[in-house]
Amino acid sequence: MRDFDYIRPATIPDAVAAAAQPGSAYLAGGTNLLDLMKGGITSPERIVDITRLPELDRVEELPEGGLRIGALVRNADLAHDPSFAKAYPAVAEALLSGASAQLRNAATVGGNLLQRTRCSYFYDTASPCNRREPGSGCSALHGENRLHAVLGWSEACIATHPSDFCVPLVALDAVVEIEGKDGRRHVTLEEFHRLPGQTPQRETVLEPGDLIVAVRLPAEAASFAANARYLKVRERTSYAFAVVSAAAALTVEGGRIRAARLALGGVAAKPWRARAAEALLIGAPAEEASFLRAADAALAEATPSGDNAFKIELARRIVVRALTSALAGTPALMPALPASPFSNIPGARHDA
Amino acid sequence: MTVHIKSHGDASDGAFAEAVGGRLSRVDGPAKITGAARYAVEQQLDGLVHAVLVDSTIAAGRVRAIETARAEAAPGVLKVLTPDSIVGLRTASDWFGTPPPDKPYFPLARDITFSGQHVAAVVAETFEQAVAAAALIEISYDETPAIVDLNDAKAGDGIPVDAMTKEWGDAPAAFAAAPVRICAAYNTPREYQAPMEPHGLIARWEDDRLTVWEPSQWLDGMARTYAEWFSVPFENVRLVSPYIGGGFGSKALALSHGAVAAYAARMLGRPVKLVLTRPQTFTGYGGRAATRQTVTIGAAQDGLIQSIVHRGVNETSIDGMWVEPLGSVTSIMYATPNFSSRQNVVRVNSVVPGAMRAPGENPSAFGIECAIDELAYEVGIDPLEIRLRNYAEQDPHARKAWSTRQLREAFATGAERFGWAARTPKPRSMRDGNQLIGWGVAAGTYPVRRAHGEAIVRILADGSVEVESSSIDMGQGTYTILAQTAAETLGVPADSVVVKLGDSRFPRAGVTGGSRLAGVMTGAVYKAATSALDQLVGLAISDPRSPFHALQANTLVVANGRIASPRGDGPDVSIAELLSGIGLDRIEASGDTMPANSTAEDRYKNYTTISMALPHTEGDYSRHSWCAHFIEVRVDEDFGTVRVSRVVSALDSGRLYNPKLAESQWKGGIIMGIGQALLEEGIVDRRHGRIVNNNLADYLVPTNADIPDIEVISVGIPDPHSSALGGKGVGELAIVGVAPAIANAVFHATGKRIRDLPITLEKLI
Repeated sequence: MRDFDYIRPATIPDAVAAAAQPGSAYLAGGTNLLDLMKGGITSPERIVDITRLPELDRVEELPEGGLRIGALVRNADLAHDPSFAKAYPAVAEALLSGASAQLRNAATVGGNLLQRTRCSYFYDTASPCNRREPGSGCSALHGENRLHAVLGWSEACIATHPSDFCVPLVALDAVVEIEGKDGRRHVTLEEFHRLPGQTPQRETVLEPGDLIVAVRLPAEAASFAANARYLKVRERTSYAFAVVSAAAALTVEGGRIRAARLALGGVAAKPWRARAAEALLIGAPAEEASFLRAADAALAEATPSGDNAFKIELARRIVVRALTSALAGTPALMPALPASPFSNIPGARHDA
Repeated sequence: MTVHIKSHGDASDGAFAEAVGGRLSRVDGPAKITGAARYAVEQQLDGLVHAVLVDSTIAAGRVRAIETARAEAAPGVLKVLTPDSIVGLRTASDWFGTPPPDKPYFPLARDITFSGQHVAAVVAETFEQAVAAAALIEISYDETPAIVDLNDAKAGDGIPVDAMTKEWGDAPAAFAAAPVRICAAYNTPREYQAPMEPHGLIARWEDDRLTVWEPSQWLDGMARTYAEWFSVPFENVRLVSPYIGGGFGSKALALSHGAVAAYAARMLGRPVKLVLTRPQTFTGYGGRAATRQTVTIGAAQDGLIQSIVHRGVNETSIDGMWVEPLGSVTSIMYATPNFSSRQNVVRVNSVVPGAMRAPGENPSAFGIECAIDELAYEVGIDPLEIRLRNYAEQDPHARKAWSTRQLREAFATGAERFGWAARTPKPRSMRDGNQLIGWGVAAGTYPVRRAHGEAIVRILADGSVEVESSSIDMGQGTYTILAQTAAETLGVPADSVVVKLGDSRFPRAGVTGGSRLAGVMTGAVYKAATSALDQLVGLAISDPRSPFHALQANTLVVANGRIASPRGDGPDVSIAELLSGIGLDRIEASGDTMPANSTAEDRYKNYTTISMALPHTEGDYSRHSWCAHFIEVRVDEDFGTVRVSRVVSALDSGRLYNPKLAESQWKGGIIMGIGQALLEEGIVDRRHGRIVNNNLADYLVPTNADIPDIEVISVGIPDPHSSALGGKGVGELAIVGVAPAIANAVFHATGKRIRDLPITLEKLI
């Protein structure tokens, strides 16, 4: 690790001013940043520690309905908040399916949005990588890319965004609250992450100094509480990133779908909102045939970026299963293995 | 040697827990749980400096130039080492003790034969300074085409290893004539030991004496290598390794990073710490070699095997030789009148592969135990029944009686506990919602490897007992079972025994590998303790100051730390009181398991090489441990994900010195086997031969959530031909057969036969 300056500002404006200088990085939970620094993948000259900033670790009900989640709220605290899990069960399920208990205790809401890809070549400093070194090339494109993107990728980058948390958030129209040099602004999570295009190093819409201060869920997000699930296919039951995942939320009246939300994880450089599939579902009968059509629509644009065509079929199947599970209803208790298709194994562990 | 084995068996608790065969908990447990146990690189030494390695990023070629000026100028840097700056080291002998070629040894490489080869090193005052400076080193290469793995078009068919050929009868002809014929190819990938504690060391020189704190499965073997590299007498090298954070075969040999650290320490006159990064643990030493096997079985319609033809290939490195014996289980598991097994090795641009839990037996069993399952379906016989029909009543290869083989009992007990009789034979015939359920069975075996060891047992003035040996405990329980052995032999409580291990100044021991240590060291401690007891009782009877002197007894009884006459009619004193009475501050005895006429040279070879190990087929018997695994899997029908939901394994390791610890090792092996079956694979980038998933986030091993409750059942009986106290090997046995049992269960669940490990989801959707 190289030497760096360490700054611990007392106020949000001080933090933004400090981080606006080139070579700066915010430090919150540090679960991703410190690994990247130790591995020489990123070498910030200035660390701006925001963990002591006031009021960023609160969860507040908004007067107009909905919820405001401070950027420093820990993943574990949010997932284990009973009223949160009751109103937004798919979000809680996603949080509990991510990382490990120890990481969830440290990782923050804002940091989760900003975690970097898990592409092996991004971590291998001997390999070209357009995200790490713009213009150097994409090693994954003709390399080992079994788990890489099937949607929204470019020749410049085929990496995926690894977050579980962001998948139900984007489905539920979450909004990111950002403090910058010019004050505060709100950006939908759907717009927050960028697709790689020719500039994969620009992963979000954040400008230098911009600080995520909160994530908002609109009032409508809680209306799906009775029929919302997050489902994750991973190679082992805990501490593994998604091969593919899906968040599905429905409201059903008289056997017909009145409202539908669907998003996919592990398939693209951003949490992937499947709006075309949602459009097909609204007004359709709540049955498997509708879900199959929705799955086809969700993956209509998908193409393999390498040795990963199986992910397209897998994504179709997880869409169907997630919608089927949502229709069956949110379980009264969190499943023993959150988001796992094996959560009903007798004797399954309760701490994934 | 035959000894009387007491008959208390596997008493589960109470006073019996302390005796051999009791379920005493790990005596090193509290130190490890509380953090008091000090591991090798946690030693605090004055003047310690830190070394960091810089590795090759190409797989084949030559280093053209190394730019070190910026690193040398960086803060805190004491020395930058390159291939040319390490001079004067000599090539060491291999672990067979083969005399080395008379040529220099270069632990940093100019000629590159694999990606990740150590090319340069930086030594600095702090670790952070060394890391920062290492990033400033620029290496340019002349790259040549590499053979990245076994499947590389340039790899070829490899080199025949004639010593691996095992043949009897006329296997090809019998196969051609057989009414039922199956033929299939089975592949296993590179797998890695992935110990929790990475490899590393602290090296310190005092004049020409070297002390190395390094996790080690073989102190005396590694000390020999360091001594030969640096041309100092063997006695001048001290290895210290009291605790080891997992080895699985990877910590038995001194490695090039150790030579770099020791060289730097001598050059700088300061102790040097060097620890491999996690990515470097994938190239700093070898994991399990990738293998390919073809198994053909010719059989009668009733499932009786008439011929097995087996061809195996494993990868090795460009300039090293690793043979993974792929015919080891194939040749002994089933009776067959005709047999042929041959093996090649293929050179690829990789670090030389190494030992990983049950080398040879593990991939060998994957081939034959899947193939016999395929035969079972071909002839329509239950997979358990076909194994019994072809049961080998003696070693089919060595043509000798088994010393003990409780495999039939393992099948019967495991099947009963698992409920195998309720299995519906047809694939895809059992399900639960979206999950297909499959039940699979497979057998495993591991030979009884035998070597020798020494121990000292001291009875101290306060009545406590000290045991010393340079053998090691990497979690398997050596501290505990040696305390039990000394306690039982001497008649003292186990908590009055202190076992000291992991220092090459102690009496010597051979390698802790091949599941041999427990059998060797309980034998040595038993002999030393018996000798100490004889001295104690002899003095008590004969010393004029002893309270027993007037008794004119022939013998005395020592129990629970007290000495009395057998009839209980005389004095009853503690060991401490007796020693104090006769004015002795200690009684000391050494014991070893070497033949009586052994020379000093024999002993040196025995402890520092594997050349003196006794063949498992020596004399009249063939000696092996055996096991049978019964495994249930659940496969998500849509996603192809496999999870193991139930394991029942019955195992024959002979007599268990401590059932609790044996069960723990068996379960560890089964867990590792689940990882091998479903998760583990070193993925190589085909362009530059680098291991892409060289970290514990991408190289997946099972988590707790992947592991169901595992039931292990001991079906062993004491085997007097295998060890002094009747035990056979424990540590490696249980992994053998797990992967084929899972593959067989996956076939039963899905109807898909997966012959390439690991069984990942895209192979099933």
